Amino acid sequence: MLKILRQCASVTWLNITSIPQRLWMSLGTIMAVAVAVGVALGFQALSAGFRATLEGSGSAEVALVLRGGSQSELNSVMTQSDAALLEAAPGVALDPQGRPLVSTESYVIIDGVRRSTQSKSNIPLRGMEEAGLALRSRAQIVEGRMFAPGAAELVVGRGLVREFEGFELGSVIRRGGAAWTVVGVFEAPGTVFEGEIWADNTAVQSLFNRGNSFQVARIGLVAPAEASLAALNAYIEAEERLAVEVETEKAYYQGQSEGTAQLVRFIGVPLGIIMAIGALAGALNTMFASVSNRAAEISTLRIIGFSGFAAFVGTLAESLALSLIGAVLGIIVVYFAFNGLTASTLGGGFTQVVFQLKVTPEVVTGGIITALVIGVVGGFFPGIRAATMKPLLGVNS
Amino acid sequence: MNDLTLITSNVWRKPLRTILLILSIAVAFLLFFALNGFLDSFERASKANGADQRLAVSNKINFTQPLPISYVDRVKALEGVADVTHYAWFGGFYREQRNQVFTFGIEPESYLRIYGKDVVLPPEQAQAFIADRSGALIGGDFADLLIEEGVATSREDLLGKQFPLNSNIFTNATSGQKTWILNVRGIFEPGSAGGPSQAAFLHWEYFDETKTFSRDTTGTMTVVPADPAQMDSLADAIDETFANSRAETDAQPEDAFSRSFLQQAGDIGFIIRTVTLAAFFAILMIVATTLILAIRERTREIGVLKTLGFSSHRVLIMVLAEALFIAALGAGLGYGLTQGMFTLAANAGGPFPAPSLSTNITLLGVGMAAALGLVTGAIPALNALNLRIVEALGRK
Repeated sequence: MLKILRQCASVTWLNITSIPQRLWMSLGTIMAVAVAVGVALGFQALSAGFRATLEGSGSAEVALVLRGGSQSELNSVMTQSDAALLEAAPGVALDPQGRPLVSTESYVIIDGVRRSTQSKSNIPLRGMEEAGLALRSRAQIVEGRMFAPGAAELVVGRGLVREFEGFELGSVIRRGGAAWTVVGVFEAPGTVFEGEIWADNTAVQSLFNRGNSFQVARIGLVAPAEASLAALNAYIEAEERLAVEVETEKAYYQGQSEGTAQLVRFIGVPLGIIMAIGALAGALNTMFASVSNRAAEISTLRIIGFSGFAAFVGTLAESLALSLIGAVLGIIVVYFAFNGLTASTLGGGFTQVVFQLKVTPEVVTGGIITALVIGVVGGFFPGIRAATMKPLLGVNS
Repeated sequence: MNDLTLITSNVWRKPLRTILLILSIAVAFLLFFALNGFLDSFERASKANGADQRLAVSNKINFTQPLPISYVDRVKALEGVADVTHYAWFGGFYREQRNQVFTFGIEPESYLRIYGKDVVLPPEQAQAFIADRSGALIGGDFADLLIEEGVATSREDLLGKQFPLNSNIFTNATSGQKTWILNVRGIFEPGSAGGPSQAAFLHWEYFDETKTFSRDTTGTMTVVPADPAQMDSLADAIDETFANSRAETDAQPEDAFSRSFLQQAGDIGFIIRTVTLAAFFAILMIVATTLILAIRERTREIGVLKTLGFSSHRVLIMVLAEALFIAALGAGLGYGLTQGMFTLAANAGGPFPAPSLSTNITLLGVGMAAALGLVTGAIPALNALNLRIVEALGRK
């Protein structure tokens, strides 16, 4: 037993130290695996970043109320009488002045010009009440100030300023027949809000012809939030004048991440598989070439008493080594090129969601597993050939 | 035995390696054809059936914002306008949200006049739809869904039947529900430009009168200029008419308007394109290395051929032919796989135009394959050309 292990170790050592002799083929395999792992990783980083942003956006202590069946803020429409009924509901938290912590919000899509491609994209302009900022615990004005009530003033998310043109502090934006001034920039790390524009809801309602209708109400829940949500839900069910649905803000954003995450998977997974097949073909080629290159050497080893199994293990180890080097290379490139990169795409609310790509440990593990599979399959068949080679024929070649 | 036999037996001397090479090349070209084919199909569809000779006029804030219906008559009155129609998003679905139905309220006569090539149906059904205020035209896929749900037994049977259509935005003032009851008056198929077939049209007027809010508005106007050459100046004239009003407009060629939907995918689209192209070239590099080494291995044999009296020129051609042959097989396989994938995609339907490979993209692919074969063949072939027999025979 020990003898077999020793044999395996020395053949493996021989194979790996002789890789430089097959430099170009081996580099080819390393490249192929690096590209395959890189592509798979890139897409996973995209989808992980997008999901993390949406799932990190919502709070479990805030209830989000939409008109029944509307599914997203964009489709929902509610009126002032709905707002009055909601403010009187049980489970609603109060602000320090004793007013209900409720923000009725309008959601208007406006055009923004993307810096990278100069193309127009949908971006969300949110009209909100004073309570709106208090209900978003992670948001904080970092430059300038908050908009004044009733004024045509905007505060913009840091991510939005980075991705789209013309929203810098002090800029004037003409939309809806009015000139809006950007008076502040806010940060809300890791949430969709960083890709939004906020303004006073009264100003938005009047300047965008919304009358007194709005799209969504956010309600601060009294702790414990779960019980308050249940009470609020029971109140809404019982109140016939309210045709609305309530869920936590957290649950809402989790639901919103589905569509786009699915799209990324839909494109990324097949692409990853295709690339893995390509890399596998490359790995098999290299290993077969390696075996036939070393035919004389393998045969000699067999003749002096090394087992076929040792030849098999040596080949497998070489293949694994090459794919792992490739995987590490792919991971390093993706990490430095993609991790933390800001990107934006169309999200569930029909507007751009600004998010950062994330190379998470799970993503890295996935890449390494892909490489291991390529390495094992790519070394297995050539290994069998090495193990079953007829020694005397090999010595001759 | 002629040169061709020699080339073929060289190609297949290590069948497994050749197969793996061909597979890698096929993968690279599958990526190439699929990506470019899809983008190109979208581009062609956006221009199809005269879309590049029409203007789409939407609210300047964003196309999801409404336009006052009075704008339609004001645009009609402008000089240089041949025809105008308009449509408004309904947000339709059938019974459950996942059964999304692409639904627009339209002005029936003018819409079918302008979009006749994109909404294909028998003329008598079009007439029946125009005549019935609460009538609807439904797409083939939606018709099949209704039949599956037991609304009717066949497409013929479906004509004249009633069905409920839900909106995820609007409420029907007559019932207080978010449902409209409509009569099937025609079943259409999207034209050559593709488009959603799980779709429906209803009368804009009926839709507008029965909704509880946002009355007297429409979504987007389509304007046909009398002279296509004057399209840009007409767009400016339209935007000028409504400048400084509560609802300013943005008039742009319809193909640009459709393309902006694809651009919304934003960075994801950019990343997909970059990654795919990088992968394509990376695979080609790897394949090229393998091929070059495979031919280099045979230096000694080439020496033998030369000893036997094969001219350098002849050897060069043979080596090149081998590389070209492998590249062609791989690219051909990639092409076939893409065609298969596109056929599946076309049968699956969906809102995107059915992708297909145009002559341009095919030729570009052929060029790429030829370049691959020539470059990978040329390096070892030139080596072979300049090889001295004595050296070659000495090499192992």
